[in-house]
Amino acid sequence: MSDRLPGFSTLAVHAGAQPDPTTGARATPIYQTTSFVFNDADHAASLFGLQAFGNIYTRIGNPTNAVLEERVAALEGGTAALAVASGHAAQVVVLQQLLQPGDEFIAARKLYGGSINQFTHAFKSFGWNVVWADPDDIASFERAVTPRTKAIFIESIANPAGSITDIEAISTVARKAGVPLIVDNTLASPYLIRPIDHGADIVVHSLTKFLGGHGNSLGGIIVDAGTFDWSAGGKYPMLSEPRPEYHGIRIQETFGNFAFAIACRVLGLRDLGPALSPFNAFMILTGIETLPLRMQKHCDNAKAVAEFLAGHPAVASVNYAGLPSDKYHQLARKYAPKGAGAVFTFSLKGGYDAGVSLVSKLQLFSHLANVGDTRSLVIHPASTTHSQLDDAAKTKSGAGPDVVRLSIGIEDKEDLIADLEQALSA
Amino acid sequence: MNHDAYPDNYIRGILNSVKSIAMVGASPVNVRPSYFAFKYLAQRGYDMIPVNPGHVGKDLLGKPFVASLRDIGRPLDMIDIFRNSSHIMPVVEEALTLDPLPKVIWMQLGARDDAAAAKAEAAGIKVVMNRCPKIEYGRLSSEISWMGVNSRTLSSKRPPAPTQGMRLSINRMSVGGGDTAASDRAAKNKSEQS
Ligand SMILES: Cc1ncc(COP(=O)(O)O)c(C=O)c1O
Repeated sequence: MSDRLPGFSTLAVHAGAQPDPTTGARATPIYQTTSFVFNDADHAASLFGLQAFGNIYTRIGNPTNAVLEERVAALEGGTAALAVASGHAAQVVVLQQLLQPGDEFIAARKLYGGSINQFTHAFKSFGWNVVWADPDDIASFERAVTPRTKAIFIESIANPAGSITDIEAISTVARKAGVPLIVDNTLASPYLIRPIDHGADIVVHSLTKFLGGHGNSLGGIIVDAGTFDWSAGGKYPMLSEPRPEYHGIRIQETFGNFAFAIACRVLGLRDLGPALSPFNAFMILTGIETLPLRMQKHCDNAKAVAEFLAGHPAVASVNYAGLPSDKYHQLARKYAPKGAGAVFTFSLKGGYDAGVSLVSKLQLFSHLANVGDTRSLVIHPASTTHSQLDDAAKTKSGAGPDVVRLSIGIEDKEDLIADLEQALSA
Repeated sequence: MNHDAYPDNYIRGILNSVKSIAMVGASPVNVRPSYFAFKYLAQRGYDMIPVNPGHVGKDLLGKPFVASLRDIGRPLDMIDIFRNSSHIMPVVEEALTLDPLPKVIWMQLGARDDAAAAKAEAAGIKVVMNRCPKIEYGRLSSEISWMGVNSRTLSSKRPPAPTQGMRLSINRMSVGGGDTAASDRAAKNKSEQS
């Protein structure tokens, strides 16, 4: 065995997948089953007690999902992963391992609008208190740290404006505070940014976006970097203390550097229940095989479209970190040298009405609430994804009334530009 | 050997070559990690010997407990120490009195004693610290992938359908990665406290 290590595209095709032992099937089979037969009572007991490797019930684990998990763990450079039903489910399961009622976590103010809602309302009802900080002002994270802080949550490339977050600077704050840094890497995908290389301890994704990539399957995933010592300071009892539901096993002691992923599976997914369908796992896996090719095309197209918009008289401004004039360009060059992603916003001189009109005139771009599809997508966040926020919060999260968000697909860029041109000039 | 990051080939070489393994601190309690690591390694074909002075007269999955390494009375390939970091040194010192010497001393996940490791290595013994042989065997064979763990290996070969008691190939292509710095830190902190 040589020491040569395979590259990203090879991992995107192969990691986690091997020919099926029983049939020789080369594509990963869809194990569309709820449950798995035990060899005998002893085998069943050792599986339930986390003593043996193997499958029990698809809410806890499934062989198709496991291939997806290992694939994404390998692409992100993590030790293990857990696939769940959606990106939002991933966020719940992660924080459930870290926070007790009354605890706090710090989150970047620039986040997907759905995450802002989830943190502000749903998590509040669990007693998990979000404290907002400004990713453009690292000191605001430091100021937000209190003895009850249990985690910091950021997006690598933030939805909707495509701004780039200084992951290393925020990871330094997290390290000093003794809490893990969670990075939502949905908009970048590991092809553009690998947050673990920059100090992330946990990576989450909505697989629904670029990883699946075809707009056909919801999914989410949690990647354990294996970098955080859960026993230090006694702050994370789910990981460091004996678990009554598993005969007093201590998760960190038993599972070492993939303890967090195991806790998410056996304490989070098992009890909260947001399991990913094996069929969706199969669809997402198929998508991941072409991630490097698609992502590069998404980025190249996005840059061309952003350049076109920046020169258009109806456009007031374009927020795309791939443009040299952009506020986040230096961060993009550091963190995402292959491309600044394919989701960005621009604002129209004609304000809210011009935004609504543009969306209605586009013929190739689809007006819908998603990003990271092969197809190009458009949305007016102020009237949709961010409509539950008040105007100040809309503007703070980069979704003011005049703002339009694009997710650039992998069509021919000339056709995308022509579509925008006719819709802007009509 | 750099004990902060073992090359896969080092671990693979050990697991492919040893046959007899004495497990110091093996527990007959079937929910203890030592019990299920013992059972797994026995099922994968290793010749397992439980060492625990508190249980002499009983047996573990059909293998009689012995009180100490010296009581085993036959050559050993590997000693797997299931004790806290603070109890490692005396076991290593006892191992160094054996004739012939064991080829490998392995300290469990969470256990690390660099001074004891240096002593053993000076005598030509290979050392692994803060790892679990069950996890490493499961990882290199990719059996552990069933739990979403990154095996950090690839293979395009059709594996045999796994059955109980079968040895698995651990000769897959390694892909690197797998930071263990945090669990090493945890083990070090623990040994400093105890
Ligand atoms: C950055 C980001 N994180 C999380 C989510 C939530 O993912 P899901 O819709 O899969 O729950 C989204 C969805 O739009 C997103 O864009």
